[in-house]
Order: sequence, then structure tokens, then C-alpha cells
Amino acid sequence: MAADIAFAVCGVSKTYGGRQALNHVTLSVAKGEMIGLIGPSGSGKSTLLRALTGLVRIDADAGTISAFDAPLQTHGRVIDKVQAVRARIGFIFQSFNLVGRLSLFSNVMVGALAKLPVWRGMLGLWPAEDKARAMQALARVGVADYAGQRANTLSGGQQQRGAIARTLVQGAEVILADEPVASLDPVAARKVMGALQELNRNDRLTVIVTLHHVEYAIRYCPRIVALKAGQIVYDGPAKGLDRKRLIDIYGPEIDDIMPEDPS
Amino acid sequence: MSQTPAASPMSDLAPPTRPLAGRLIDLALFGGLVILLAWSFSAVEMRHLPLIFSNSTRIGNFAAGFLHPDFSQWPLFVGAMVLTLQIALWGTVLAIVIAIPLGLLAAKNVSPIWVQQPVRRLLDLMRAVPDLVIGYIFIVAVGLGPFAGVMALAINTGGVLAKLFSEAVESIDPQPVEGVRAVGAAPIHEVVWGILPQVGPLWTSYALYRFESNARSATVLGLIGAGGIGQLLFDSLNTYAYGQVAAIIVVIVVAVSLIDLLSQALRARLL
Repeated sequence: MAADIAFAVCGVSKTYGGRQALNHVTLSVAKGEMIGLIGPSGSGKSTLLRALTGLVRIDADAGTISAFDAPLQTHGRVIDKVQAVRARIGFIFQSFNLVGRLSLFSNVMVGALAKLPVWRGMLGLWPAEDKARAMQALARVGVADYAGQRANTLSGGQQQRGAIARTLVQGAEVILADEPVASLDPVAARKVMGALQELNRNDRLTVIVTLHHVEYAIRYCPRIVALKAGQIVYDGPAKGLDRKRLIDIYGPEIDDIMPEDPS
Repeated sequence: MSQTPAASPMSDLAPPTRPLAGRLIDLALFGGLVILLAWSFSAVEMRHLPLIFSNSTRIGNFAAGFLHPDFSQWPLFVGAMVLTLQIALWGTVLAIVIAIPLGLLAAKNVSPIWVQQPVRRLLDLMRAVPDLVIGYIFIVAVGLGPFAGVMALAINTGGVLAKLFSEAVESIDPQPVEGVRAVGAAPIHEVVWGILPQVGPLWTSYALYRFESNARSATVLGLIGAGGIGQLLFDSLNTYAYGQVAAIIVVIVVAVSLIDLLSQALRARLL
């Protein structure tokens, strides 16, 4: 396997009760890519993204997921040292998943936990250079002014940019973003997507982002992977995603919400 | 999904109804409560209720003894009251120390079921044994005095607080915890950075409330020789010194009210 592979997903299935969320998915992600993962609700995008960091366990009968050339999940078992792999993967959630009662600064410092001794992280004795990196990260995404405020007093866009700063403090090589802009207004959404794009281009971070809005995926992501009913139905450049393919993925109603043909 | 008929007249749309099984369970619950009350009526001699009013003169004569509180020994009363509050303070703090780990271990979303269920049963045991009995056990072990009272409160309150703490933990939002997990943090970090900030205000509120009620419980512990204002109260009752009893009750009421005000102020600052 080449060293520039970030993730290799091979024949992975996931069943919730009787419902099949992922059905023999195979996907390879190279380092430095920015991939838009699209598909209708319930198509398995979030499940796939969560499986990549071991937050979702795949079915036992088949399939493997490896991250950074080492197995992460095999036959429904997540490796014991998953914490070390997670430390290299930043995860952005639709609902931000910040701790509302902690300050934005403390939330960002949580990103440093994996590298510190356990007792030190427990007591919140952050090293000075980590604190400086946290403030730099907050400044970079434009929310340094709110560092001392409780996360739940901030707007959705500010919280989501704080979550991105958390992945920077973490020193993540990969950012997995699960519907990062689904609960944001268009201006805030553009700022968040712009921040992800900037990290992909300048820092060579691998970014995989699930999106409801096809137009964001086409605008920001060079490569698009589309899921439908747990199977990959499109994997190629954003340019190749024409109206006919979108109708295949979403059904004919997509015509009403796509004002212009992207091709 | 569902196929809606093309032209369904609005009048045909029935409001949602609760299923019959649900209504029957409600009926059984409330009917059962009524039956329980009726069954307990004679056992607790509720038929004596009218005597409260017909014998009011007898109560009045008894109460008259309390009308002249005897504060002549007030430094003794205040000193004993302070000791009682000291018992309550240490009892509550030890209870919190016991309740934090047990409360986390008893929470469904933190511990596996084979840990959570045995811990729950242990908490049941800690709550079910009356603090008076626990106090006696410790008097046997460490002798008569306030320390037995502290331990009795610590164990009983520890059981109560651990149960309340675990219920608070079970009702947290799991998403921030997942956020902490996703950075590669250790499980103890998920507790410290994901769970504790969420339950902090509720835990504080419960602990303050238990401190208030322990200030009262510590009074009763005087009965078994744990010292404090309770011991003076029972000595005075046994010697029919109703003036002193009245004065002691005034001291207790004032102290409990002060604690109430104090904990309200603390709660307002912390929440």
C-alpha cells in the first residue's frame, strides 16, 4: 500500500437493526484530497464518516477500514489503540459538539488532550505552548475575540469555527466534517467551508466533508463521492456530476432546488 | 412511504388518540394509588383526624408551655448548634466524595451493565439503612460522639447523592462527550471534560440541598448520642423543660433558615 493513502475502505457494511446503512462500500482516499460526500438523508454518509474514526463499528462479517496504512477496524472490531489514530483525525460535527458550559478556549484546549499525560489533561494543566497554539488557531479561524466566552453563548458559525480550531490544536492530519454547515446560515456556512478549503490548500490537510447542499460540494470539493442506499453511486470529479447523475442520486425533485446546471 | 389519498376531505382527519394499552396502564396506576390509600387509611389511624380540632384545648395547654422560651443557657445552645452544623458539613462533604465515583459508576451511559447494576444495589442498601442504625454501628466502632454522626450522614447521604448524580449523568447531551472522544482523549477525559461540565450545576444544587437537610438530620442524630443540639433537645424534652425546648427550637429554626439563605446565594452564583 502506498504511503500517501489516508484511508482505505474495503467492502464495508453496516447494519442498524434490519436497516443496511452501508452496503459493501470500497473507497480509497489519498492524502491531501478534499472530498465531498453527498447523498440523500439516510444514504449512509454520516455512518461512513464515523466509521473512519471508529465512532461507528462496522459489521463483523466482512470488510476492513485502514487509516494511515494501519488497520483501524477489521471484522467489526475497532483496534485497541484507536485513541492514537483519533488524535491524528479531527472530527467536525453538525451540532458542533462543543461543551456548552466551558469557554471556547477550554473547548479548543480539549484538542491537546491526546498528546498530554492523562493526569495533566485531567487537571487542565495546559502547557504554555499549547495555550499559544490554541489562541493562534482561534485567530486563524477568526474567533479569537470570543476565547473567554462560554461556547453556548456563541452563534452556530462561531462555534463551528471553534470546532475547527480544536482540530488545529489537535494537530490533525485529516479533518472529517459531518454536515458542518447544515445548521448554519449561508454567510456562516461559507466562512466554515472557506476555512476547511484553506486548511486543505495551505496545510495539505486531507478533508472529507458530508454535505446536504450539492452546490457547496461542487464549489469546494474537487472530488465527489455520492452514496445512495448505502452504496457508492458516483466517485469522480465534481465536474462530472451533471444533472442526470444528480437525478439518479436524489430523484427528479432535485430539479426544483438546483437552479443551474453545474456542468 | 405513506400514500396520501389525493382528495381527502379535511373533516375526515381524526385527531391522534392514545392507544388503549396506554390508557389502561394509566388507569391501573392511578386506580392502584387510590386502592393503596384506602387500604392504608385504618392502618395509620386516619380516623383520628377530627381529634386535632376537638382536642384543641388540650393542645393549647401543652403549647402554652412553649410560649416562654428560656434562653438563659443560650451560649450552650449556640455552641451545640454549631457542632451540629459541623457534623452536617463534614457528613455532606464525605458524602460528595463517596457519591462522585459511585454516581458515575451507577450511570447507564458511563458504566457497563455488569458494573452499573451492582453499584445501584449497593446505593439502595446505603439509602435503605436508616442513618440512626448506621450511627449505632459507628458508635460501636469508634465510640459515642460526633464522628459517629458524621459517618452516619456520609453513608446515607452518599447513597442518596450518588443516585441523584447518576440520574443527572444519564440525562446529559451525549454529543459534547463524543466531541471529546473524537480528539483521541482517554475515557477519564471524557468524564472530566465532557460530562462534569454538563452535570456541574445540577450536582452542586443537589449537594447544597442535601447539606440543608443534613443540618436537620444531624439534629436527630443527637438522639443516639452523636452530640450537638439534638442531644440538648432530647434531654430538655425528657425533663419537661418546655421553655428550654422552645428556645432550642428557635435556635434550630434560625440556623436552618440561615443555611437556606446561604445555599440560595451560593446556588445563584454557581448556576
